[in-house]
Amino acid sequence: MNVIETRLPGIGVRREIVTGSGRRVGIVAQRDGDLDLIISKAGDPDACVASIPLTPDEAATIGNLLGSRQLVAQLTEEHRDLPGVSTRQFMIERGSPFDGHRLADTRMRSRSGASLVAVLRAGQVQASPTPDFTLASGDLLVVVGTSEGLDAAADILRNG
Amino acid sequence: MHTTALTLIELGAILLFLGVLGRLAGRIGLSPIPLYLIGGLFFGQGGFIELQGVIEFSEVASEIGVVLLLLMLGLEYTAKELVTGLRQSWLAGIVDFVLNFTPGALVAVILGWGPVAALVMGGVTYISSSGIAAKVISDLGRLGNRETPAVLAILVFEDLAMAVYLPVLTAVLAGLSFAGGLGTVGISLLVVTLVLVIALRWGNVVSAVVDSSDREVFLLTLIGAALLVAGLASALQVSAAVGAFLLGIAISGATAENAARVLEPLRDLFAAIFFVVFGLNTDPMSIPPVLGFALLLALVTAVTKIATGWWAAGRQGIGRLGRARAGTALVARGEFSIVIAGLAVASGAVVADLAALATTYVLLMAVLGPVLARVAEPAMGLVDRLAGRRREGGTLRLPRADGASPEGL
Repeated sequence: MNVIETRLPGIGVRREIVTGSGRRVGIVAQRDGDLDLIISKAGDPDACVASIPLTPDEAATIGNLLGSRQLVAQLTEEHRDLPGVSTRQFMIERGSPFDGHRLADTRMRSRSGASLVAVLRAGQVQASPTPDFTLASGDLLVVVGTSEGLDAAADILRNG
Repeated sequence: MHTTALTLIELGAILLFLGVLGRLAGRIGLSPIPLYLIGGLFFGQGGFIELQGVIEFSEVASEIGVVLLLLMLGLEYTAKELVTGLRQSWLAGIVDFVLNFTPGALVAVILGWGPVAALVMGGVTYISSSGIAAKVISDLGRLGNRETPAVLAILVFEDLAMAVYLPVLTAVLAGLSFAGGLGTVGISLLVVTLVLVIALRWGNVVSAVVDSSDREVFLLTLIGAALLVAGLASALQVSAAVGAFLLGIAISGATAENAARVLEPLRDLFAAIFFVVFGLNTDPMSIPPVLGFALLLALVTAVTKIATGWWAAGRQGIGRLGRARAGTALVARGEFSIVIAGLAVASGAVVADLAALATTYVLLMAVLGPVLARVAEPAMGLVDRLAGRRREGGTLRLPRADGASPEGL
């Protein structure tokens, strides 16, 4: 994938891709740290239909949402030979009981039987996180297990 | 009344008045610069209220305003951005200069103000307001637009051109002989090159020298360094403003960002005083005689700036709408036109009417620019409909996901 990088003197850097449908989608990283999500107009590819300011939290969450699908699809593919095992993603919301807590504190494995295989944070994949990994709001947890186990995991993450 | 008391009262009244004007400007989405100028016309020489106590302070403060304006401009850009900008956009920069310097210079010649005034007025009509343009681009959500880098490249070129133009202007205004003038221009070109090289190679060293984690120490170091460099440059007849600009360029990275943050409120204060002082020294009664020429200049140089942006964006393969947006984004003139006119008026080497013409012209352009930038798209739509043309944007000639090599961008 070609990421086109354009310097905007005095403002920052614009990084964008051209999608298969011919639209430019990208991010303007301003020097003061602000991020703008930009999407080009269909009728006028020079202009933007939207230029949406994102906080670092929001940007990280969108990155996780976009990046996780591929990972989940890959895991589902790998588990296809194991009937009954599936993959699900859970978001650590702001104010979640485990926001700021260590992974070990959830005791998810022993309580639900489901296992956490990866955490997506800020568009980065943390594979097989260790028990002392500290969770934060915006993290996307990729969990593998039976459907009952996954329901139990969802309950643990939501209610502590 | 006691002089100190009078100074404080007058200064307070002026700043309070500017605050009200600034609030009004924000309400109607306007740059505050034209309102500051009007504020200055309102007070002072020939205005409604004569001021006595504040003159001495405001003269020094307005000098500091110019230094801070240029220092902040230098901080905006890194040396690398300037050098790549120069390499990529020198042709557009030259077209910009020729198209927009000429009308101002011509009007000064027609008015019989002489070659020095022609040099000044050319500069006034040449330089776009990078402050207003940047605000228009971000307010209208055009950061992601493809024509925006072309617009920014022209602004970068203009700012770099100032580093050459201002020393030339200072030498001419000081009435130096041709040889002496060449000397100062030579010195300043040498210094500009030297600073760019230093900033490229050892920018982090310069930054480290002025940097400090203590806000107070940092602020004092910055302002001290800026005024010292500006004063030394001024003593060498190179122009104080350029000294500050070069210091700004030499400071880079995180230090530059912090410096911009620390200096911004001070810049706003002193720059506002600078605009007011320029207005103060302009007699409102001298405006009506030059109003016709100001309107003519405004019309012509709006067209020439649009042509510049249109052409520069066209070279990047931008469509008609984008070219119109690029052109209109450049129309606004503002702070630097006033800096140039201010230098000239302060030196006394030009006729006093020049201040009136420059003030009126900037008043018109600072208002007209953002308005034109907003109506560019609807206006193009109207033109196309009248001409019976199908509305068309640019075409994407970008590398696709199938692995075609990136080119041209």
